[in-house]
Amino acid sequence: MRIGIVCPYSWDVPGGVQFHVRDLAEHLVRGGHHVSVLAPADEDTPLPPYVVSAGRAVSVPYNGSVARVNLGVMSASRVRRWVHDGDFEVLHIHEPVVPSLGLLTCWAARGPIVATFHTSNPRSRAMIAAYPILQPALEKISARIAVSEYARRTLVEHLGGDAVVIPNGVDVRFFADAEPKAEWQGGTIGFIGRTDEPRKGLPVLMRALPAILAARPDARLLVAGRGDAKEAVSGLPAQVRERVEFLGTISDEDKARLLRSVDLYVAPNTGGESFGIILVEAMSAGAPVLASDLDAFAQVLDGGTAGELFPNEDADALAAAAAGLLGNPRRLAELRARGSEHVRRFDWSTVGADILAVYETVAAGAGAVAPDDRVGLLGRLGFARD
Amino acid sequence: MTTVIWIAVALVLIGIYLSWTAGRLDRLHARIDAARAALDAQLLRRASIAQELASAGVFDPAASMVLYQAAHAARLAQEEQREVAESELSQALRVVFAESAQVEAVQEAPGGLDTTEELVAAVRRVPMARRFHNDAVRAARAVRRHRTVRWFRLAGHAPFPLAFEMDDEPPPALAGHVVRAEGRGH
Repeated sequence: MRIGIVCPYSWDVPGGVQFHVRDLAEHLVRGGHHVSVLAPADEDTPLPPYVVSAGRAVSVPYNGSVARVNLGVMSASRVRRWVHDGDFEVLHIHEPVVPSLGLLTCWAARGPIVATFHTSNPRSRAMIAAYPILQPALEKISARIAVSEYARRTLVEHLGGDAVVIPNGVDVRFFADAEPKAEWQGGTIGFIGRTDEPRKGLPVLMRALPAILAARPDARLLVAGRGDAKEAVSGLPAQVRERVEFLGTISDEDKARLLRSVDLYVAPNTGGESFGIILVEAMSAGAPVLASDLDAFAQVLDGGTAGELFPNEDADALAAAAAGLLGNPRRLAELRARGSEHVRRFDWSTVGADILAVYETVAAGAGAVAPDDRVGLLGRLGFARD
Repeated sequence: MTTVIWIAVALVLIGIYLSWTAGRLDRLHARIDAARAALDAQLLRRASIAQELASAGVFDPAASMVLYQAAHAARLAQEEQREVAESELSQALRVVFAESAQVEAVQEAPGGLDTTEELVAAVRRVPMARRFHNDAVRAARAVRRHRTVRWFRLAGHAPFPLAFEMDDEPPPALAGHVVRAEGRGH
């Protein structure tokens, strides 16, 4: 199948959507499909052979943060050229409501279009104001995919309509086969995420740490991720501080090894998560998971059967649960086994087959993808109607 | 004179808007047609595999009869009985594949592995195709409810689109099977 994938965020900046697009493209290429990914990228960024650069993304303030997006006449014409040259049977757009490449592609192409909604952003004012222009573009999407039941619910509330739920994929074997590292083993608790981003929840874990150490004095906390280490432990007494080890930013291989080594993985995120890929990665590596009870996390953990949940932002509950788990090897073994079983549905072999089924469903009985000529001025005036 | 020009400009703009809306509606109707064709194909595929299984002699006579009857009715149903017939086929499949032992029985039969894969794919794709269809229907209905569309009859003679409502819950034994079947790749 000839498949065109659109990634709205810069290829050279690491991020969940970019990784998802990369893994999906590589999975499809391995399956013998022709894949082309259109993504913003700087000129000097080395790109894999399947990626086509849509030019440099520009930074604009949008929705409370700075977004790096592509917009304007140049980008729109690049999108049209890519759609025209690609001769695709199906287009797969990621994050179509972000004002970037995805939306431009929706606007400039016609034919079978699949769209994946990753984040469950609250409805922005811009979206309401632009609704009359947005709606005709979004109407062209023949199939919508939401990455979780939670993302699907917000999508239905904001835009109406419906979507199928297909979770994000993980290469389970990559994590399951990683070699544990001896120095990261033995009563260790793992945390991966930016330390200076409060929504990742490290402050909650830090508040819980003294109580965890009081119950399990031999426990250690390993923190991997970008951020200032000194600032993160500033509120803690010295003897607690020395039980925390900062690993900084780590490679994918080390991430897998870390998850293989720890006795417990804690995800204390306080919000802003629509899926929770890190939980799936931890379960793939066989790490027992303790997570805050966000909707998205509860769903990934199968309502709390594949991992334990604690009330969001409740440091005391987190401490009690973590200390209880670390002192109960049988329960940990049970969670390991249950997690490894549960995680199979997130493996790329399953997720990729589902996404391909969506492509085949929309491509059957529809024409190929082509530039939408009606968008142009002549088209509007009725000169280029097909 | 200027008044005349302004009126002319306004008329042209209204004309462009109406033509654009008609084009948009046209595209939505085309999307419904494609989605409906895909849904029909998936439903037919599911019914064919079910009927094939029912007459293959892998089930006990009672299960075979129930499945055959439901699949047969689904394939021959008139348009207005289609939703009921397809829902009954979903129920029959759930009853027949209530336990995973039944799935294993099918797999052990000659050519059973392929048939199981096909059935698993079919029961997974029917709900997908139905969601895409109903999503298209909803989008078209939203546009058709606009005053402009109704006053100027931009929808022409196209019938008001209807959602396809049915019970498409797959049998749990088969839904769980997807994971196992795909997991064999490792």
